[in-house]
Amino acid sequence: MTVDFDILKRNELRDGLRDGIPIAMGYFAVTFSLGIIAARAGLTAPLGFLSSFFTRASAGEYGTYTLVAVQATYVEVIAMCLVANLRYMLMSAALSQKIAPGTSWFHRILMACCVTDEVFGISVAHPDYTPPAYTYSAAMISTLFWASGCAVGIVAGSLLPQPMVTALSMSLYGMFLAIIIPPAHKDRNVLYALTACFVLSGLCAVAPIIGEWSSGMRTVVLTIVISTVAAWLKPIKTEPMEQQEPSSSLEWSSRDRGQQS
Amino acid sequence: MEQHSIFIYILLSIVITNLIRVTPMILIKGPITNRFVRSFLYYVPYVTLAVMAFPDMILATPTPLPGIIALLAGIVAAWLRLGLFPVAAICCVTVYLLI
Repeated sequence: MTVDFDILKRNELRDGLRDGIPIAMGYFAVTFSLGIIAARAGLTAPLGFLSSFFTRASAGEYGTYTLVAVQATYVEVIAMCLVANLRYMLMSAALSQKIAPGTSWFHRILMACCVTDEVFGISVAHPDYTPPAYTYSAAMISTLFWASGCAVGIVAGSLLPQPMVTALSMSLYGMFLAIIIPPAHKDRNVLYALTACFVLSGLCAVAPIIGEWSSGMRTVVLTIVISTVAAWLKPIKTEPMEQQEPSSSLEWSSRDRGQQS
Repeated sequence: MEQHSIFIYILLSIVITNLIRVTPMILIKGPITNRFVRSFLYYVPYVTLAVMAFPDMILATPTPLPGIIALLAGIVAAWLRLGLFPVAAICCVTVYLLI
């Protein structure tokens, strides 16, 4: 198989870098707290760097590290990765509609591997077809910061005073809130679903029997149950795929661009 | 109980996470048409992150109260669309000032 590297244009690489840098800054802060959790699971800085470099999944990594910390079974880790990252399947499906016809499989697969909430957001917001070079350079710069943040968090987490570590561990949850709350503002059904999540997740944590489950198990089961019920009671309107995308990440990207120009 | 290898945990998560990303790109030729599947996929990201944030967020602080206040501050900040980094920073600072 010949790989068509000559489709990577210099100006597209530069644009990807420009839009990727603000993402990279935010990533560093968030993975720092991911590193604190990874350290509890016994990861060393190099292992944390590699793990974060190749996974690039906030919720998925968080879920995995909390399971590793309690020596959960491999099956639980697989189930957690599947559920916590299921949104990437949706994003990848949407991105598949944004790749120019005739693009080689090599580039399609590599672009799919670049998908994170934010890189997907700017890629799918790119006018016309998304050039692979744009996605690659945005993904590369943000991934380097993502992985470095995790490694630094693993090392520094043990050096910082405990109150500061606790405070910094909040940044990951803050990122989760920043992703889920704006769509609830726009779509009342998301608001209902989130309310159900908070209530049921709180109840399950203290309930007899279910309260004994690991938090990973609880996440997997609750996600499937609540999403199924929500999809059944409040199905989305049937419109072209792209318009249904969770738009939070698109908003970040347009804001980032606004700051730059 | 057998001892699990940290390398296998990490390897599994890397393989599964990237398989999830690549599979739709290989399988999907046109848009997904099944309404239930699309609705399910639409809700999954929000639901996963919500059940991961709560109650873990208020269990991560020494007493629940700083966590609860950080949660509320984060929700307000996110509702006002302050962006990823400001929301995360507000949650951190709130907890730091209260513990």
